[in-house]
Amino acid sequence: MNIIDTIAKEQQKTDVTKFKVGDGVRVHTRVREGDKERIQIFAGIVIGRKGTGLNQTFTVRRISYGEGVERVFPVHSPRIAKVEVEKQGKARRAKLNYLRNRKGKEATAVRE
Amino acid sequence: MSIGLLGKKIGMTSIYDANGKLRPVTVIAAGDNTLLRRLTSENDGYSAIQVGFDVQKESRVTKPLLGGFAKAGSEPKKLVREFRLKEDAPEGDIDLAVTQFQAGDWVDVVGKSKGKGFQGVMKKHNFHGQGAAHGSKTHRRNGAIGNRSTPGRIWKNMGMPGHMGDERVTVQNLQVLQVRETDKIILISGAVPGANGSYVVVRPALKKPAAAEASK
Repeated sequence: MNIIDTIAKEQQKTDVTKFKVGDGVRVHTRVREGDKERIQIFAGIVIGRKGTGLNQTFTVRRISYGEGVERVFPVHSPRIAKVEVEKQGKARRAKLNYLRNRKGKEATAVRE
Repeated sequence: MSIGLLGKKIGMTSIYDANGKLRPVTVIAAGDNTLLRRLTSENDGYSAIQVGFDVQKESRVTKPLLGGFAKAGSEPKKLVREFRLKEDAPEGDIDLAVTQFQAGDWVDVVGKSKGKGFQGVMKKHNFHGQGAAHGSKTHRRNGAIGNRSTPGRIWKNMGMPGHMGDERVTVQNLQVLQVRETDKIILISGAVPGANGSYVVVRPALKKPAAAEASK
């Protein structure tokens, strides 16, 4: 294995939680405030995954105070403490961008 | 006190730093730097060391150089460069291992940029060119290059088309993010001139203090 792959591999987590597009997840992120660190949770539906290896990211969408919010997380980032799968969804496509056009209950519901 | 290293650009990747931030890095293989000769102010007029890097076939080296390698007891090297020393530098062994740099040190990197061939002024000098539409019949030309009878000539350094790239480029103030002693590799933040596989010179940053001195 060449050295660049070795370095990239070292950066990757070995115990990444398995989740799929369409799942309802709670992402525990480490937030730094001054010199204190605390965990902040971002909960929503995974609407897409992108990239491979170290560059792999996933997008989580939630409705916050009536406004749709999307956050992109790198899978291997050390700032992500853990990812909890709340509900396993059944998505029939790789990217759930159509959720952006939905309103009300059907925009947030995880299909099971 | 770090002197400098000769190395080979392997490629780029990224690593997470202590703050969990993804930083782009260039991987430089800088193992087996060989001290060939010590230049002194008495003999050579200035104080420096001559360093060789990467093994070369004997038949591809000129005889004068071969003599130098034989004297140093070293096999022929592809790349030979000098690093200046301070006049009061002590005698004795000089550390040419990758560990002379530590994570956090600032360095300057010298390399040979990728050749771009004969290029126009838009790519070479960032000229704006002319309109693409509205009846414009010129698009990527340089336009006017001078004035009238005063000065009656073209100013020096006027940007014109020509060969671009394949020249010595120094990038200053890059940070060493990781030193891997066993692999003889250093990871330097950001991009470095040249193609993958080209030679680079890594030396302590001219405009930043060494990390060890800065913390004092």
